[in-house]
Amino acid sequence: MVDATAHGHDDHTQGFFTRWFMSTNHKDIGVLYLITAAILGFISVMFTMYMRLELMNPGVQYMCMEGASLIASAVEECTPNGHLWNVMITGHGILMMFFVVIPALFGGFGNYFMPLMIGAPDMAFPRMNNLSYWMYVAGSTLAVCSLLAPGGNGQLGSGVGWVLYAPLSTTEEGMSMDLAIFAVHVSGASSILGAINMITTFLNMRAPGMTLHKAPLFAWSIFVTAFLILLSLPVLAGAITMLLTDRNFGTAFFDPNGGGDPILYQHLLWFFGHPEVYMIIVPGFGIVSHVISTFSKKPIFGYLPMVYAMVAIGVLGFVVWAHHMYTVGMSVTQQAYFMLATMVIAVPTGIKIFSWIATMWGGSIEFKTPMLWAMGFLFLFTVGGVTGIVLSQAGIDRAYHDTYYVIAHFHYVMSLGAVFCIFAGMYYWIGKMSGRQYPEWAGKLHFWMMFIGANITFFPQHFLGRQGMPRRYIDYPEQFSLWNEVSSYGAFLSGFSFIFFFGVMFYTVRYGKKIEENAYWGEYADTLEWTLPNPPPAHTFEILPTQDMWDKAPKH
Amino acid sequence: MAHEKNHDYHILNPSIWPFMGAVSAFVLLFGSVLFFHDSGPWVMLVGFALTFYTMYSWWADVIDEAHQGDHTPVVSIGLRYGFIMFIMSEIMFFVAWFWNFFKHAMYPMGPQSPAIDGVWPPVGIETFDPWHLPLINTLILLCSGCFATWAHHALVHGNNRQEMKWGLWGAILLGVFFSILQAYEYSHAAFGFSGNVYGGTFYMATGFHGVHVIIGTIFLAVCLVRTYKGHFTPKHHIGFEAAAWYWHFVDVVWLFLFFAIYVWGA
Repeated sequence: MVDATAHGHDDHTQGFFTRWFMSTNHKDIGVLYLITAAILGFISVMFTMYMRLELMNPGVQYMCMEGASLIASAVEECTPNGHLWNVMITGHGILMMFFVVIPALFGGFGNYFMPLMIGAPDMAFPRMNNLSYWMYVAGSTLAVCSLLAPGGNGQLGSGVGWVLYAPLSTTEEGMSMDLAIFAVHVSGASSILGAINMITTFLNMRAPGMTLHKAPLFAWSIFVTAFLILLSLPVLAGAITMLLTDRNFGTAFFDPNGGGDPILYQHLLWFFGHPEVYMIIVPGFGIVSHVISTFSKKPIFGYLPMVYAMVAIGVLGFVVWAHHMYTVGMSVTQQAYFMLATMVIAVPTGIKIFSWIATMWGGSIEFKTPMLWAMGFLFLFTVGGVTGIVLSQAGIDRAYHDTYYVIAHFHYVMSLGAVFCIFAGMYYWIGKMSGRQYPEWAGKLHFWMMFIGANITFFPQHFLGRQGMPRRYIDYPEQFSLWNEVSSYGAFLSGFSFIFFFGVMFYTVRYGKKIEENAYWGEYADTLEWTLPNPPPAHTFEILPTQDMWDKAPKH
Repeated sequence: MAHEKNHDYHILNPSIWPFMGAVSAFVLLFGSVLFFHDSGPWVMLVGFALTFYTMYSWWADVIDEAHQGDHTPVVSIGLRYGFIMFIMSEIMFFVAWFWNFFKHAMYPMGPQSPAIDGVWPPVGIETFDPWHLPLINTLILLCSGCFATWAHHALVHGNNRQEMKWGLWGAILLGVFFSILQAYEYSHAAFGFSGNVYGGTFYMATGFHGVHVIIGTIFLAVCLVRTYKGHFTPKHHIGFEAAAWYWHFVDVVWLFLFFAIYVWGA
């Protein structure tokens, strides 16, 4: 991709360092975000492969105190290394939540396509944009350092779970936890600066005539996401600063011995954490809206309700956080409120799902790869949403809390929901970004491997959860072995499909078929990025677009 | 660059400062972790130096660009939006500390928690009398805000540079005075930072506010220097406006701290 876009630019005078390290170009920075997120995603997926390998059979075969290996040895003694397991789940969570999905959707596609869609020549603060990217890299580096630094149990890395709950996180010895906390601080600062940039760009730089109610849905989704980031990440920054002082300076925010309260940490974390899951999925909503409209050959059904559904999801996301904490001993009244508020979110989400279906209804649907990902998203996100309604019941949550049912639920909305959106966006826009088109069969093969693999991985985990298998354990009794084995096979299939995806992308940017037509997906891909060549020149919209270039309302 | 620009937005040339800023942040934080684990403060201090150097150079560039006329009306609006968003995120940062305070003040932990709440302030904690030094500090900060507003009016209505300088001098000196009094108060506290939740809550909330006061004072001081150099005009003074907004934000946070932690929480 780097290579391909480099040829597309007319500005050959810039050296490599100037172009990629000192960039003030939203497209280059978007590409950097996507590549970095892909690398970190690869690391994070490898962690899960190792975990599923370990969970394939009861007993501990691979993560031994005697040395971790990839080949099970039946002869030698194996003492289970629970710390290594905990480091794996923590690393997977922190990387995916902070360093993969948000940077790919918000940083990558948001940077590249939001300014293009609204006809802006660049971001509002192009230099600060680069600061966001490099602080994200600094944060990722700290996170990787944390994995390799001395941590708890006399071993490397910290194993406290991505939520960093006190008192586990305040008592774990070593530098690893402090590095992880700072990693989250830096990536948070990066996201906040990015959010300020996106909000200002969206409010101040829309093309002439593009009122808020005419801005494309993806641009809106980035705007809503930016507000979620802006308002919730600083609270997390405060909370993890308290962790830091509790760890290093003897304060007692979360230590009952000094009058502190560990539950407070959970409140602060989830006040951020719930908006966080919407930051992950809302940009995906934007992408899916464009993809479904393009390949159904119809304008999106109910544009305005779609916009306000996203806004409503964003607002409601701030008032439901404690449904992650039903079992901590809240009063029944509090639980009743959070239960009700949580279920209300199903209304705007339902508006979106049904509007997507209504967009497809009566359309002339073309099953190109991006559309397959979008439809896959639709089905899987609905499954995850429905199990979400189940989990929102405080009573039922008593049984399901911290079981594999929860794992299945949030992987259906995130691993399958948000990640499918990333792939939909990649296949939808790779031609625009690189000037070359992916081979259709390869995209479809990737989709079916991932779709089948991910369902085989996560659907059986509902059964495991209902049988009572708790999450975050390295081992389990034999009764759970059947569905764990099935789940592991699914994980290997989707892991393989991920590697295949790298191959497809590499092939595409090097050898893919060149595409000449600007709007290569047809006339219903009608946002402003489709008026530009593939790939777009370094500086776009130096003459601002006119209304007839994007306002198709009278025509359709 | 090579192309003709037909719009009023600001297209920037490549810059090394963002990359430098991220490197500085990494060195600073990695050094801090080393410092926490008894490996000496040197890496952290290098990080601080790099961070300050980056900030200085970056903002010097911004001021140069302003003088070259890059801050057109639409860019000025964008800069204002950006600064308002920044202050919003700062407010949410303080929400975390107030949340912590209100939780512990309204539902204090005791031996029988959560069935029976404990007491606040915790047993054995002797708090400050709000109507002595804290009240004086409140008045100082509010007066400082008035001085800043006076400076703003002097600039906007009548372009009176002399009065603007007086206003800024007043705001800055009162800001410094506030910080000195706050340090004096800390040194006479009857409770420590660690060991008890009250100490951590009090010092982190007022301490982060104090850091913001110092940042705001420096921000105003930079504006004063720029006033002497004649940088501001009644129409173009985004830097000064941002400093004034920041200063008022610091004011308002203090009012909440004063009434919540000093008055009600005592």
